[in-house]
Amino acid sequence: MDYFLTEEQMMIRDLARQIAEEKVVPVRAELDEKGEFPWDIMRTLAQSDLFGLFIPEEYGGLGKATLELCIAVEELSRACVGVSTTYAANALGTFPILLFGTDEQKKKYLPDIAAGKRLVAFGLTEANAGSDAGGTQTTAKLERNEYVINGTKQWITNGGEAEIYTIIAITDRSKGPRGASAFIVEKGTPGFTFGKKEDKMGIRASATTELIFDNCRIPKDNIIGKEGMGFVVAMKTLDNSRTGVGSQGVGVAQGAFEEAVKFARKRVQFGHPVITFQAVQHMLADMATSIEAARSLIYAVSRFIDSGAKDVSKESAMAKLFATDIAMKVTTDAVQVMGGSGYMKEYPVEKMMRDAKILQIYEGTNQIQRNVIGQALIKEAARNKS
Amino acid sequence: MKIVVCIKQVPDTAEVRINPETNTLIREGVQSIIKPYDMHAIEAGLQIREKTGGSVTALTMGPPQAETALREAISMGVDRGVLLTDRAFAGSDTWATAYALFKAIAHIGADIIICGKQAIDGDTAQVGPEIAEFLGIPHVAYIRKIEDIQANSIVVQRLMDEGSDVVESSLPVLLTVVRELNSPRLPSLKGKMAAKKAEIEKLAAADIGAEEDQLGLRGSPTQVKNIFAPGVKKDRRMLDGPAEVQVDILVKELTGLKCL
Repeated sequence: MDYFLTEEQMMIRDLARQIAEEKVVPVRAELDEKGEFPWDIMRTLAQSDLFGLFIPEEYGGLGKATLELCIAVEELSRACVGVSTTYAANALGTFPILLFGTDEQKKKYLPDIAAGKRLVAFGLTEANAGSDAGGTQTTAKLERNEYVINGTKQWITNGGEAEIYTIIAITDRSKGPRGASAFIVEKGTPGFTFGKKEDKMGIRASATTELIFDNCRIPKDNIIGKEGMGFVVAMKTLDNSRTGVGSQGVGVAQGAFEEAVKFARKRVQFGHPVITFQAVQHMLADMATSIEAARSLIYAVSRFIDSGAKDVSKESAMAKLFATDIAMKVTTDAVQVMGGSGYMKEYPVEKMMRDAKILQIYEGTNQIQRNVIGQALIKEAARNKS
Repeated sequence: MKIVVCIKQVPDTAEVRINPETNTLIREGVQSIIKPYDMHAIEAGLQIREKTGGSVTALTMGPPQAETALREAISMGVDRGVLLTDRAFAGSDTWATAYALFKAIAHIGADIIICGKQAIDGDTAQVGPEIAEFLGIPHVAYIRKIEDIQANSIVVQRLMDEGSDVVESSLPVLLTVVRELNSPRLPSLKGKMAAKKAEIEKLAAADIGAEEDQLGLRGSPTQVKNIFAPGVKKDRRMLDGPAEVQVDILVKELTGLKCL
């Protein structure tokens, strides 16, 4: 379907697609099997300017926004969600600086990020704080000109590989959610180390580690925003990144769907290609319809965000929820259409199905997304009543 | 360093078919690409520029639509695209093509000229060396590695049938490159945007001071008598059994056919 993309948006799509097809598809199975971080591909993305997509021109980026980022993420995800997670998590980690950073912080970090010279990671989750960000136990204590950070972040995407970390820590426990703050911590800071690298079901090319802070001292100026703004920073960051996760869903679903169609045209049973059977056609029809619906929603919400809308929590949650649920359904159905072949590692759909599962879990489980939508509905209903 | 890369737009050979009646290529619906060896030439030009500074100009001779090849080169990072286009060039063989490119390069000026080792249509591998001869400068063909580059000299490895030669040459020089040299980069977004806006310089025969009778069909000593697709012989036999037995049968058959 024609989404009336601008010429530049089509350029971004074509370039991301070219990278996905020429550089990602040939190596995705190997990266998956070995759990190897895709440095070569990251270098290609850097050289192609894709890391600078959503970063303002004054900081060395291309000055594009959510929709352009989503288009790039979708194309990469069509080939490999492990790779696209690495790329998208970089944007996730950058948003706190982009949205709340001072001009000095932006000048210091964004040009390197835009050039792909330094990767970024976002650290919110902990052993006792996932869906419930209020359970955060990592602390940051101001001592003269330095914050001293203590605690452990868990399941951090790009952990160990990234050079810049935007993390949430508690500065004043007595204030509850208003007692959290966001900080920038650079790799190599004394007292900052990495824990074990997780062995995952899917997105195995992406790196997931613990971040361990043991009396890690960072300059006072590394706070993002003001003390107490940590949760606002985190929530606004997630509001901006959810469409990207949705795009991963659209991309992986599209990739799996194409594999299923290709297979169904070739596979002959009862003397006919299986695509001629209505049972298979109906499955493919449902897959194609839900992909198009998800893409429409992602693009519409992205345009809504890019229009400068103030509160996008509900819409971005809807986009993430819908697109990632259909990703799970479509990738599962792609395996089904391909039968025994779909289950084998010889074909890419079993990997796509494993990869798709994380999308319903990370950056807010789809249950949490429903909570976000539900809360917004309650607020809207209350407002309309008065 | 002033670098000129000669490129050629060709139909994507993976998709090309031949019309059996006219014996010509069916070009309709076939995508045009920069011929693969030239992609390595472009990459070589960009890498030299990264080391020495200067500029890379992509030069092509062809119909107006060859402009897209130059834009593709610009999207990879080439500074400037020059299109040599004129009806007078039509029908040029390698000699007349090399003459036209020589005149254009003399007009533009270059310290290093880089060509792909050969085309993927004619496969002659003649144009590069011929340009060098016209220019009266040294050339090194089939280079697989650039070892060193200075203001007035270059050291390269030339691929030979068995191993390779290390060759030092003065500048200006013309190099033709093979696949082993590098892996061509993908375009960048900024490059693509620049390519969209770039002004492609067009040069006609008169602009480069080319003599008319040296160009096109008139300037071409080679005359193509006939082009045809080799017929498929249906008379085929597959041999099987152990290799020694097959060789014996083969020798006997070939002797019988007076091939041996």
